[in-house]
This record gives sequence, C-alpha cells and structure tokens, in this order.
Amino acid sequence: MNSILDFITENQQMIYMVILMIFVGIELIGKVPTILHTPLMSGANAIHGVVIIGAIIVMGEADTMGAKVLGFLAVLLGTLNVVGGFVVTDRMLQMFKKKK
Amino acid sequence: MENNLLVLSYLIGSVTFIIGLKMLGKPDSARKGNLVAAFGMAVAIFGTIFLYKTTDGKHLHNLEWIFGGLILGSVIGTLAAKRVQMTAMPQMVSLFNGMGGACAMLISIIEFGHLGEILNAANIPTQEIMGGAMNEFVQTIQAALMASVRVKLLIIFAGLIIGAISFAGSMIAWGKLDDKIKDFTLPAQQVVNIGLLLVILVLAGLFIAGTVSGAWVFYLVLALSLLYGVLFVFPIGGADMPVVISLLNSFTGVAAACGGFLYDNQVMLLGGILVGSAGTILTVVMCKAMNRSLTNVLIGNFGGNKSGGGEGKTVQGTIKEVNAADAAMLMKYSKKVIIVPGYGLAVAQAQHTCHELEELLEKEGVEVKYAIHPVAGRMPGHMNVLLAESNVPYDKLLEMEEINPEFASTDVVLVIGANDVVNPAARTDKDSPIYGMPILDVDNAQHIIVMKRGMNAGYAGIENELFFDPKTSMLFGDAKKTLLALVSEMKNS
Repeated sequence: MNSILDFITENQQMIYMVILMIFVGIELIGKVPTILHTPLMSGANAIHGVVIIGAIIVMGEADTMGAKVLGFLAVLLGTLNVVGGFVVTDRMLQMFKKKK
Repeated sequence: MENNLLVLSYLIGSVTFIIGLKMLGKPDSARKGNLVAAFGMAVAIFGTIFLYKTTDGKHLHNLEWIFGGLILGSVIGTLAAKRVQMTAMPQMVSLFNGMGGACAMLISIIEFGHLGEILNAANIPTQEIMGGAMNEFVQTIQAALMASVRVKLLIIFAGLIIGAISFAGSMIAWGKLDDKIKDFTLPAQQVVNIGLLLVILVLAGLFIAGTVSGAWVFYLVLALSLLYGVLFVFPIGGADMPVVISLLNSFTGVAAACGGFLYDNQVMLLGGILVGSAGTILTVVMCKAMNRSLTNVLIGNFGGNKSGGGEGKTVQGTIKEVNAADAAMLMKYSKKVIIVPGYGLAVAQAQHTCHELEELLEKEGVEVKYAIHPVAGRMPGHMNVLLAESNVPYDKLLEMEEINPEFASTDVVLVIGANDVVNPAARTDKDSPIYGMPILDVDNAQHIIVMKRGMNAGYAGIENELFFDPKTSMLFGDAKKTLLALVSEMKNS
C-alpha cells in the first residue's frame, strides 16, 4: 500500500498529465463530422509515431551490435509510422480543399 | 542551455499535437492541422537527436545509424503513402499503425536487455566483498534499487504487450482488408482469447514481482502477446475492420505513452495519451454510427464464418433484371436521381466514371445527389474521400440524416455496389444481424436500380430483400464497366 502511495507522490506530475490529456483527447474528438473520421484516425495514427523519439534514444545509446540492429529497426519502423502517416493524411485531406 | 532548448522543443511538439488534432476535426482547417502536427513532430525529433543527453551527460551517438533509419524510413514511407490507391487507404493506415506498435515493442526489448545488465552489475559485488555491518546498508540500497527496477519492468512489460498486440493485430487487419487473409474462427475463440490474455498478464505480473525469473519469461510473454494480437483480430468481420484499426490505433498511443514514462519524456507521454484517448473516443463514435456497441463488434463475431449458414431469414422471390440502355433512359427522363455509392464503387475504381454520369445527367436537367451512409465503403468517410478525388462538389454529398427524407420524392435511386447499408431488414427483421443499424431508406423512391457484380450477399453475409422489391431492377456487372455503358448510352441517345 505504502509503495503505491509513494509511486503516486513521486510521479504526480506524470499522473496529472495523463489524466488531463485523457480529457483533452475526449474533448477534441467529441463532435467531428463523419466525413473526417478516416483522416482524423490517420492523423492520430501519425501523432503516436512520436514513439520514434524513444527509438532514437535507444539507438543513440546502443553499444552492442544486437542493440544497434534492433535500434535501427525501431527507428526505421517509427519513421515509417510518422512520415507515412502524415503523408497519407495529407493526401486524403488534399481532396477536401475543393470548392465548397 | 541545451537542455532548456530540448525542453522547449518538446513543449512545441506537445502543443502542436493538441492544436493539430483540434484542427483535424474541422473540414476547413483539417489539412493545415495535419501539417502543424507534422511540424511539431519534426521539431521534437531533431531536438532529441541533437540536444538529448544521457544520464552520464553525453550526447547520443550512432548518429549515422539514426539518420540512416530516418532517411530510409522517410523514403519508403513517402513512396508507399503516395503510391497507394485511394481505395486502399484503410489498409495503409493499418500498416503504418502496425509499424508504430512494432517500434514500441522493439524499444521494450532493448530496454529489457539494458535492465538485465544493470541488475547483473549490481548483484555480483554484494555477494563477495561485503560482510558484517555493511550488509544491512547494502541490503537497503538493493531494496531501493529493486523497487525502481520493478517500476521500470512494469512499464517495459506494458509497452511490450500493448505494442506487440497492436503490431500483430494491425498486420492481420491489413491482410484482411487487402483480401490476403480470410475470416477464421477457432472453436471457443472467446474463451481461448480471454485465457491467453490472462496467461500473459499473470506471467508478466509474476516476473515483475520476482516470483519467476529468467529472460525466457520475457520472450514467452512477447510471443504470446503477438499470438493474442493475431487471434484478437482474426474472428472480427471485415466490415468491422475500421473500428478495430481505430482501436489498435489507440493501443499504439498507449504503448508510445509507456515510452514516455520510461524516459521521463513529456512529448511521448503527451502524444501517446492524447492519441490513446482520442482514438478510444473515435472508436466509440464509429460504433455509434453503425448503431452497435464496441463489445458487440469485438465479441459479436458479425459477418465472420457464421454468416455462410444463412443468418436471419432467407428471402424468396423473383428479381428483375435491366440492361444499361433501359437504365440510362429511365434516369435521363427523371427529375431527381440519388446515387448511393458503396464499396463496389471503390473496388472497381469507378468514382471518375460515376462523376461523369452525374455530369451528363445534370446536363439533361436532372437533379443529382449522393447519399453517403456513415459506414459506406470500409471506413467512415471513405466514400467522401473517393468522390472528392474525382471532383464531385462537396455540397452534393449528403449524409444519411439529411438525405433520408428526400427518397420519397426521388424518381430513381442508383445503388452502386452497396448492399447492407440499404437492406430493409435492418428496420424490420429482428433476427437479422444488422437489425437496428440505421440505413438509407432507398425503398421509398419510385424506382431503384441496383448495380452489383452478382447475387452474392454483402459483407454481413445476409440476403437483401430490397433486391426482390417489385420497384427494384438489378443491373449486373462490374461497377466501372456498367457505369461506362451507362455513360455511353447516355451520350448516344
């Protein structure tokens, strides 16, 4: 029990942020027209590509060959997620800019 | 200074994610919103590469590897995203999502290796050198170390399990949408799935608590999580894939947030949680558009193998066929035509021909509108994107609630490759798997022309009594070929 309370105290900033972000996420998506569901999902998909920052850190600290290879793969896959995600979203949205 | 700049770059990243996501929710600002988020992502990435310092105060090394991965990934990602057909968009999103999940999974694997090294280094001297009074002191330090290691392990396991499920699940979803993988259900699938998930959680829990040890546990959990991801998506029908992709999308968000915890990295935490939460809400909203609950989608097994046996009542009756010339004539002398596009239109890449037909009809003085069901195609908004691609004006695309009252005053409804979204059984037949789903009330119109490849059932695998309606005429054939025939008939007559 004590260890749980300690954990909360030590990481309170993180926990606050998590809770607030959950509400921000809910608010942002609350009322969105159906036509934008697919681009929105795709855009959100690109944003979680932020995981690539973890991959970069892992890669930058890697010393052994094994860690380097895995790290390289992680950076590569993360980049695919980020770049591919944003480009695909842009392509979808490009089509909406037409005369209204 | 450098550290301050890094913090600033993460702050910029975080704010652009929130603003970008907000702007993505409105048609006018959506495209800009995407670019805003992409800009913030670039700032955060380059900030990390050049400004991040490890705990011993050193900059990141292996820059050539990092840039190698970034450049290679950018080239492949851009090419794939630019080349993909608009119809294959859902698969592409799923594929990219899987890449993100795999990335989170790999990070966990590498960090687990690091943790092992730290533990080994900490363990050896305590046994050999220390003795007597020092022992107690060492034990306290060890206990503190173990506590922090446990927290780290918890995060690593969470990232591993969620990332692996998201990766494997997305790959299956991609294969299903691409028609590479057929629906498949194990006997007692749900029991197997829940059991498997329990085994994964118990194993991970025991390992973190220190009850079981050995690296094999970690890799077993990895393997089982991958297997779970596969089994989780396998039985879900293709029509529900968008919902599943959206759900897996939010999973990957949570996996990314685990990385944020691990490295005490605000932008990862914020971006990950934001997507996790927004993705979950989006999933629920998508389910609502189909008038179904999330549990129903995940456990309901709708449209999978069961459908072959004839769920719901079978419809008897005769169907009436029509040829392109008569259909063209009928539309040409109507006042008002509503086009209902479905997945068949997307598969046949017939959106441009469809637009051509629409223009020809307008030239003859016919009022033409499009009725877009929220789940027409394979993803909400799929049809809008396709038709927008072929320059159909925005205001001609009407959503279900707007267009439904108009069918009664419509002369001809042209259904192109849609099936379940116009099936009256959703209103009338309580036994039907799609009962309760809101549909387009096309049967209120004077005439209905249904373009279809054959008499096969739709994705839900059920018969459609609309086809047997006396007002309905069937126009069989590939959507594009038939539309081309209609266009040439229209021009010739």
